[in-house]
Amino acid sequence: MWSFFHKLGSPPWMYGISGRILSWLLPLTLLLLAWGAVWGLLYAPPDFRQGHSFRIIYVHVPASVVALAGYYVMAGAGAVSLIWKMKMADVAMKACAPIGAALTFLGLLSGAVWGKPTWGAWWVWDARTTSMLILLFLYLGVMALYAAWDDEALAAKACALLALVGTVNIPIIYKSVDWWYSLHQPASISLSGDSSVHSDMMQPLWLMIAAFYCLFVCSLLLTMRGEILRRESNTGWVRGLLMTGEGGRAV
Amino acid sequence: MQFESLTAAWNMAGHGPYVWFVFAAAALTVTALLVAPVLRSRRVIRLQRRRWQREQRLSGEGQHAPGT
Repeated sequence: MWSFFHKLGSPPWMYGISGRILSWLLPLTLLLLAWGAVWGLLYAPPDFRQGHSFRIIYVHVPASVVALAGYYVMAGAGAVSLIWKMKMADVAMKACAPIGAALTFLGLLSGAVWGKPTWGAWWVWDARTTSMLILLFLYLGVMALYAAWDDEALAAKACALLALVGTVNIPIIYKSVDWWYSLHQPASISLSGDSSVHSDMMQPLWLMIAAFYCLFVCSLLLTMRGEILRRESNTGWVRGLLMTGEGGRAV
Repeated sequence: MQFESLTAAWNMAGHGPYVWFVFAAAALTVTALLVAPVLRSRRVIRLQRRRWQREQRLSGEGQHAPGT
């Protein structure tokens, strides 16, 4: 267990293992995304009340779910970076922020476009939409904090603190649809099996959620590899890697 | 398939623009999330290689220059 933890903290090990994971995870992600999108767009049955506009669910739900999960990863990495001063945790936290921001933005955008034909408005200050907007600002805040400091160690500490304080928002987002019942519907899917969505519509949704999780991991690993190279550029192993011509291909 | 023709799939009974816009935005986000980190890494590698080449050149000149 501890040796694994030590390995996880080692940049060359992380660089190597991430390359091996990406070699199969990247094609799998693209396959799942294409499969899920075609299934959801063309083959899933239309909703009897919303018609075809419900197909937006195949982007909206996966993007929002993974945007939230990404915050856990970022805050968790922030905590590890604060407590154990682990370099790789800091790299992971920094990498999470732009990915989470992009997915949160996609969740909000798809929600707005879905809202127009369904609610009759692009945007409402509903509890769920507002708390997701706060999530976007938290991600952007972490990115801005990183950019604001020249001293990377100090920036990492400040970002980890912001990320940890921001976790308060996550249960609020989850519970917002139950606490303030307004326009956004309560959760219609659940892992325990009592989903209120028909299985013909549900299967492509699970596929797309899995695809977006894979996408998050791929993007995280790709971003971390670049950051590892940048931070470790003066070390022997990076020099060896790049001088032998392996590095150009490795990313 | 749920649609009889490509036009029907494009229109989606009036919801087409909304649905296709969201899927296009998703495709753009996916591309950005996968391509941007690769471009950034390549830039890091390019800059680093250039720096080492410059260092090598400088140290080479240092050795051969007369009087040093």
